[in-house]
Parts: sequence; C-alpha cells; structure tokens
Amino acid sequence: MIRLLDEFRCHFAMLRKHTIGLTRIFHTDHLRRSGSQMDTALISKSSSGSMDSYSRRQTSSLALPHQPSRPPRHDQYEISGLTSFYLVVLGGCSSFVIPELCSNYITCILITLAINAILCVSLNLINGYMGEFSVGHAAFMAIGAYGSAIITVKILPLIPFSLSSFLTFPLMVVAGGLLAALVGIPLALLSFKTRGDYLAIITLAFLMIVKSALENISYVGGPRGFLGIPPLTTLPWVYFWAVVTFWIMRHFIHSKWGRSIIAIREDEIAAEAMGVSTRSAKMMTFVISSFFAGIAGGLFAHQIQFINPSSFDILRSTNILVMVYLGGVASLSGSLVGAGVFTILYQILQPLGVWRMVTMPLLLVLLMIFRPRGIMGYQEWSCFKLKE
Amino acid sequence: MDYIIQQVINAIQLGSIYGLIALGYSLVYGVLSMMNFAHGDLFMLGAFFCLLLEKIIPLPLWLALLLTMLVIGCLGALLERLAYRPIRHAPKVSAIITSLGCGLILENITLAMSPYPRHMPTLFQNSIFHFHGITISSLQIIVIGISLLLMILLDVMIRCTTLGMVIRALAWNRLMVSLLGIPANRIISFTFALGAALGAAAGLLYALTYPVVSSSMGIAIGWKAFIAAVIGGIGNMRGALLGAFILGSTEVMSITMLPSTYRDLIAYSLLLIILIFKPYGILGEPPTQKI
Amino acid sequence: MDFTPEKQSPILEVSLLNKNFGGMRTIIDLSFELAPKECLGIIGPNGAGKTTLFNLLSGIIRPSSGKILWFHQEIQKKSSSEIVHLGIARTFQNIRLFKQLSVLENIRIAYDIHLTYTPLQALLRTALTREEEKKSAQAAMELLDVFSITSLAHQPAGSLSYGDQRRLEIARALALHPRLLLLDEPAAGMNESEMYQLVELLQWIQKKFHVSMLLIEHHMAFINGLCDRTLVLDFGTLIAQGTLEEIRHDRRVIEAYLGEAVT
Repeated sequence: MIRLLDEFRCHFAMLRKHTIGLTRIFHTDHLRRSGSQMDTALISKSSSGSMDSYSRRQTSSLALPHQPSRPPRHDQYEISGLTSFYLVVLGGCSSFVIPELCSNYITCILITLAINAILCVSLNLINGYMGEFSVGHAAFMAIGAYGSAIITVKILPLIPFSLSSFLTFPLMVVAGGLLAALVGIPLALLSFKTRGDYLAIITLAFLMIVKSALENISYVGGPRGFLGIPPLTTLPWVYFWAVVTFWIMRHFIHSKWGRSIIAIREDEIAAEAMGVSTRSAKMMTFVISSFFAGIAGGLFAHQIQFINPSSFDILRSTNILVMVYLGGVASLSGSLVGAGVFTILYQILQPLGVWRMVTMPLLLVLLMIFRPRGIMGYQEWSCFKLKE
Repeated sequence: MDYIIQQVINAIQLGSIYGLIALGYSLVYGVLSMMNFAHGDLFMLGAFFCLLLEKIIPLPLWLALLLTMLVIGCLGALLERLAYRPIRHAPKVSAIITSLGCGLILENITLAMSPYPRHMPTLFQNSIFHFHGITISSLQIIVIGISLLLMILLDVMIRCTTLGMVIRALAWNRLMVSLLGIPANRIISFTFALGAALGAAAGLLYALTYPVVSSSMGIAIGWKAFIAAVIGGIGNMRGALLGAFILGSTEVMSITMLPSTYRDLIAYSLLLIILIFKPYGILGEPPTQKI
Repeated sequence: MDFTPEKQSPILEVSLLNKNFGGMRTIIDLSFELAPKECLGIIGPNGAGKTTLFNLLSGIIRPSSGKILWFHQEIQKKSSSEIVHLGIARTFQNIRLFKQLSVLENIRIAYDIHLTYTPLQALLRTALTREEEKKSAQAAMELLDVFSITSLAHQPAGSLSYGDQRRLEIARALALHPRLLLLDEPAAGMNESEMYQLVELLQWIQKKFHVSMLLIEHHMAFINGLCDRTLVLDFGTLIAQGTLEEIRHDRRVIEAYLGEAVT
C-alpha cells in the first residue's frame, strides 16, 4: 500500500512539473531538503506507524512544491500536558485548603462554579460539538439530583451496617448519573429521526414531562420538594468530579466518536457517507452528556440539601445555555470560561432580585446577536488538546 | 350523553383558544421557518394589557379586543425588528435560543412588575342558558364565536388577498419574493404583528374564561398551544387548528378523569407520542433536502 | 475492448431497480453489472436519474423495488454507513466536505472506520487508543501527501480552491479504502489542465488501489480517458451501454441528446 502511495506521489509530481514553471521547482528543491531532514528525524523517533522509514525517506525526496514539513507540535503538547497535570494537582491541593482559609461564601461559589462547569461541558457536547439543540438539560440534572437524593435519604438508612460517606457518596452520585444516562437513551433514540427545531421541541417536552412527573410523585415530596439531603458535597469532591468530567470529555472529543459528532454537525449526510454510524455516535453523545448532567445534579442536591421540581425548570436550562454560548461552543476551555464568568456574574447581579432573571435571558439574546460563538468558540487552550 | 356534549363544548372552547395561539406560531413558522417561543409570552402580555386597560378605563369588549390586538401586534413586530431580524441568516439554533430568551425576558419582566397573579374583571354580564340538560354560558358562545370569526378572517386573508398570497410565497422562497420587488421585511413584520395580535386576542379570551392572569401563563398555556401547532404540523394553518382541538379535547378528558396536576404531563406526553410516530406532525411534511 | 463481462463474476449487480418520488418514476427497471476493477461511466441528459442512482447505490435513499447485489449480498436496504463499511465510497456532485474542519480532520473522519477501539477504551484513552489514533493521523497525512495537499493540512476545507476541494473529496473517499468508488461529476467546474490531471490521477488510483469505479460525467473526453464501458440513462431507463464508440452511434442516444429526428 505504502509503496503504491509513493509511486503515485512520484507520478503526480511529474504531472505537476508539466504545469509548474522551472523557477518553482528550483525553489522547492531548496525547501524540500530542509523538510526531508526533519521528516526523517521524526520517523526515526516514532518507529510505529503504517510507514517504514525507507519509504518515508523516499517520500521526502520526492516531495512536491510548497510542501512544508509537518508542524513540529509534539514537544509543545508534551510540555502543556505536563503543565496541566501540575495545575490539576495544584488545584486539588487548594481545594482542600480553600475551605479552611476562605469564607463559607467563597467555598460555596466555587462549588457552584464546578457544578456549573460540569453542566456546561456536558451540554456543550450536544449543542456545541454535535450541533443539535437540547433545552432539556435541566431534566437530566433533575433525575441525577432526585436519584442520588433518594439513595442517600431513603435507601442507605435501610442498610443494616453503616458506611462512611466517603465511600458511599461517589457511588450515589454515579448512580444518579447512570439513572440520568438511562433516561438519556430514549431521547437519543428520538434524535435519530428528528433534528433541528423538532429535536429542540422534543427536549423541551421531555423537560416538562420530567418536571411535572416529579410534581406528581409524592414519594419524592411532589411540588413541595425533597427535604433533608445531607450536605455531602465538598469542594474536593466537586473538584474531583469536574476534573474527571473534563478528562473524559477531552478523550471523547478526540476519539473517533468525537470526530463523528463533529462531522454530524458539519454535514450529516456526508458523515454517513464517510461511514460514520450516526446512530451510535448520537447515542453515545446523549448518554455521556446526560450522565454528567446527572452527576452535576447529584452534587447539586447534596450541596443545597433541598430540591424541588421547580428548581429544574426551563430557566435552569436557559442558564446552562447561557454558560455554553457565553463561554464558547464546541470548546472545553470555553465551557470552563463560561461557567466561571456566569457564576461570578450571577453573584454580582444578586442585588437585582427578580430582575436578575431578566438579565440572563437578555444576555443570551445579546450573545446570539453579537457573538453567537461565544468567547472561546471552536478554540481550545492547549492544555485541553491532546497530543497525537 | 348530555355530559359528553357538555364536555365537547368545553373542549371546543379550550381548543379554539389554543387554536388562536397556535395559528400565531404557525404563521411565523410559515414565513421564517423559525419557532417563535416568545409567542406564548405575547399571549400572556395580551391578557395583562387587557387587564391593565380595564383597570384604567372600563371599555366594552370589542374595543378592548381591538386595542389589545393592535398594541400587542405592534409589540410583536418590534420584537421581530429588534431581536429576530439581526439573526435571520444565522443558524437555526441561534433563532431558537433567541426566541426562547425573548420569551423569558418578557415573562420575567412581567413577573418583576407584577409578582402575584391578578384577577380579571368581567367585561359583560354572563348569562347561562339551559336546554335539554346542557348548560352553555354566553361567555362560551362569545369565546368560541370570536375565535371562529378571527380564524375565518385569517383564512380568507391568507387565501384570497394579495397580501395572503405574498405571505404564502414567503413561505416558499424568501429570496425570490424580495427579487420580485416585494418589501419582504415589511411583510415579515406584518406577519409577526398578525400572529402576535391573534395571540393577544387569545390571551384576552383566556383571561375572560379563567379570570386569573399571571406571568407564568405564557409557559403554562402559550406553550401548550405550541404543542398544538407542532402536533398538527407547524407551518400548516389547518394543522394548527387540528392540533389545537386534539389537545383541547385530550386535556378536557384528562381533567375529568385525573387530578388536574397531570394536565401538563399528559399534554407533553401526547406531543412526544405523536412526534415519535409522525416526526413532523400530523399534517406536516419533512423538509426536503437536496443531496 | 478486451473486456468481457461473462468471464469474471461481477462485484455489483443491479437488477430491475425502480425509484419513485411520489408519482414520478426517476429510475425505471434499471439493470446493469460491474466487473472487478472495471471503470463504468454513466452519462445522460440532466434529470436522467444519474445522481439518484448513486444515492440508491450508496444507501442515502431506498429503492422502491429491485435489488442491488454487492458480492452477491443484497445491500439495497442497508444504511449509508453500513454500505461504506462494505466497501463502497462516494463523492458528491455538490462537494460535501466538512467545510469548517481542517483538511486533515476531513481525512481522519473517513479513516476512522478502520479504528477498532471500544468506547470505554476511547474514554479512558488506553494505549491501544493512542496507538491507533497516532496511526490514523499518520495515514491521513500520507494520503494528503499523495494528493499533494499536505501544505494545506491545517486549513479549513472550505477555504480550498475548487479543484483542491474536489481532490480532497476523492482523497477522503479513498481513505475509506473502498473497493468501489462512486464519483459524481468529479471534473465539474475544473479547467482543461486540471481535468487531465484528474484523469491521470484516477487512472493511477484505479490501477494501484484496485478499485472499481462508477463515474458520472458530462465531459466525453473524461469518460473516454477512463472508462471501459459507458451506460446511457434517459428518464431513468438504460437506453444504451457499451464502449464510447458504440454508444456514440446509437440512435436512441442521439435522440435523447438531440431530440428525435424529423422525418
């Protein structure tokens, strides 16, 4: 195969020579030499790959006009990868220190910020990367919140022996996430047939159904809400979950499924024609997205200790949308920025009272008109990229 | 039997209010292919405006209706001009988000200014007729009558006038309409105004029937009408009416059989079920895509 | 022509294919066969159903009746992506690249069908995932090299020139390692020299990658340079097939293009 490629390359190069003037060829001769050295260096470093070094060398010597060497990005990535690892460790340490040093208020804001970041990145997967539109994200959050709250409050006391919350809390949160992911499956099935406006309506209907179903289940308190959830969400825990979320999301969008959903966003028919199984890609996206929304819900429930159906209404969904479109669509860094800016802005606007609920949708509309991509749309800080 | 007829009348009454709102959704979808989520809140503002009007100067019903329709119609056109026109060529997602945002802005402004539900004054003496065991109030007759009148007027306008023809043409090809020298923007503004006016009329009629006006009406009732429009196939006028009456009768049935808290659950489930089998509504057609 | 379809068992057999859109019959009782490594040209006036045929073959739409056999396996009910996995790749008449994505990403998305890691391995990014990702990136770069668009690897596909976009689309289809390539007007919008380059490119591809080709084209020179045989469609029916020389003198073909002779 490779030899064939080379042969072809040679052939094509000759073809090009007919059309390209002599001067160009001279010029490229010079370029080529510098490129070939770099290429062989690269190859000797990485012995794996479908190409043996023999053919690679041959390739370079037959390189075409205006062909630069591959951008040597490897080292950059390695450094930033290590830096981000240090940053994560540093953040982990400070998440233990901050609650001791700072006021409760600051800690509380930081916890909210981390939960918001998880929500934002999970919605960004559907709205930003896949280019579909979901307004029902608050519903997944609600399911995660209620699911984990039920386990903490109603099921755990039934177990005869007592377990430390350090062990049970992550399990409860994961259980909430799994429940949300399970509910995400039918929604994914619906997204196979419909898209665009109609999918938006389906997610909206889904949100309304979940909300009014919760209002009608007296087991979880109905419209009055669910009381007495222990305050298990601490800063180190949310930090841990946020890191896990971003870590997994980064892997997902840099995998073949990640590329698939981006292809679906660009052109669904072309994506299918490139062998992308749109169904499994959509299914995975919805499941992963709803799982993390459920995780965020579980953390949220154990932070504020009281949840009721109306805390998961359309306004909650809108807030997540604001974060996504403020921070930047299809961007992990954007999700972080969006969650950060939103959380702080939300606190600053506290004195406005009810009018604060006007400012958030207004911000959303202004964003749509003036900068629909958001701050970091389609861009990424290098620490969120992966080396290849 | 009488009971059934009684419920049918209730269903028609609810359905005709939903129908008026749903027509607004469909009109806008027809010309711009965008879901105007803010329409439900224009409906709510219609009710509020009428309430305000009656508080200041008690006007007769017809005048209040006309004034409400006019003012909210202008508001609808303004909304289009300020929020929707700048993003008309943006991806569809932007349009959905913008309209959702606009709806929430309107709702929350109203909430901030009037935090508690208000009581709607009666505009006329309500008398109740009995025959053969069926009760029908003059209110019901008026609500159904006005809705039907507006629907017929709209239908005549869309089908028989030049303006209606332009609106229909816009639904097919906006660019071509502009190329023919027709001021497309003005027509679009007018369509928004028309849709908003219909929504406002529905708001008034709803407030007369269930005399409590609150800022959450836009979502509670307006979005139900949206369901109706989608069930019928959004963009299709007859579909909107069909959907409205299906939804109206389902709701009336569910209220007689189940606690009223299940109302939303049933309405939204109905939408999901219909969209599973007919992804583009009962009378709607899937958008054609060139390959 | 030394080509004899009877000798080799065909890889693709289309039999009595029909497609109706509402009342309109776009493809009517179409039957033909394709031998291994054959290049088959499809010509016909506008609206003859050529692109519809491609859409049927690539699974984007389903036929109303009839069979499409690919290595004796019925594929007419399979989805687009399943058909790609079986080895039929296509390009589009109006180029359908992922315009906002880079050239490299375009190729990599196509190359992804060869990657074998599971979702869990992807999420945890195990050694296998990293290995395969690395390989795919390299293979994509090599393919770009072949098409001499390496320098454009990090440009958005939409910013390429028209000819480069066409080439990229063919490259993307080849990244799927197909056994049959469906090319829908590959030379549309190209100038003379670009077109001859493309002919040579395709000849080379066909020889070296052992792919069969079906191609729709309006330029007779293009068909002449590449195709062993040509089908002529008109109003959804096959009106002639054979070498270009044969069909050139076919009475029905002349009628389809020029109208009936006035007597």
